[in-house]
Amino acid sequence: MNWYKFSSPSSFYPLAGRMIPWFAWAAAALTVAGLYIGLSIAPTDFQQGEAYRIIFIHVPAAWMSMFLYLVMAFWGALFLGFNTRLSAMMAQAIAPTGALMTFVALWTGSLWGRPTWGTYWAWDARMTSELILLFLYLGIIALRGAIDDPRRADRACAVLSLVGAINVPIIYYSVTWWNTLHQGASVSLTAAPKMASIMLSGMLVMSLAAWFYAIAVVLARVRTIIVDRERGAAWLAALPEVAQS
Amino acid sequence: MKEVFAMGGYGYYVWGAYGVAALVVIAEILSVRSRRRATLAEARLSAPTELGR
Repeated sequence: MNWYKFSSPSSFYPLAGRMIPWFAWAAAALTVAGLYIGLSIAPTDFQQGEAYRIIFIHVPAAWMSMFLYLVMAFWGALFLGFNTRLSAMMAQAIAPTGALMTFVALWTGSLWGRPTWGTYWAWDARMTSELILLFLYLGIIALRGAIDDPRRADRACAVLSLVGAINVPIIYYSVTWWNTLHQGASVSLTAAPKMASIMLSGMLVMSLAAWFYAIAVVLARVRTIIVDRERGAAWLAALPEVAQS
Repeated sequence: MKEVFAMGGYGYYVWGAYGVAALVVIAEILSVRSRRRATLAEARLSAPTELGR
């Protein structure tokens, strides 16, 4: 199978359209399952009471905020390397979802911090670097809006997203490199988790739900971006949703 | 049901978190849909037609 044909917007558009329902329904099912685990099955925490249940939103959103940034930067790098405009369109599609995930991570983290640490906010390394991540996302979105020529905008945004990518390992390692209010990693690829397995399961299910949701939303957004930026193409005019009836 | 709302005294924090997350998801989905409708409408206007109407 020649996968490279999907690097053309006209081939990718229908593929993305077929993919969206699968990811959307999977996200919905995983969300229901994850919320059931997190709100109904998982027991009350010994130290934090019910407040800890914010973890089932906060951690998936925070993980997604970082992953999506790296994926966006990856598409930007592909664009700079291969000059494929679909790569730039993918990066363009990811930015708003990434920004929203970052906002949710900051908001839910803040509400979790008030009852447990006694404060809504602290300028510690993790919280500050996550806030900077939000500013980076918003800056990339604003930069695109500020440049008229789409190709120049693609290049500028790709460069900015690559430059800002250093922030993601900083966020990740912040709790190791600095003394932070935010606690250290409870989950690792190599060591046993430091939390009850039912809580970990709920968190992983919600994380998968967040992944599938993000994929569905980004694919939907990129289809609109394709319609917008490929204006005038014959294949576009032939689409049932576009053709004059 | 009251215990669910109260969340052991942490109700504002827990539901404030879940509530905003739900709002963000709904808002994003609605925004993507509305953008698609608007863009398709624009594309229809500027699409070249066969009969040159």
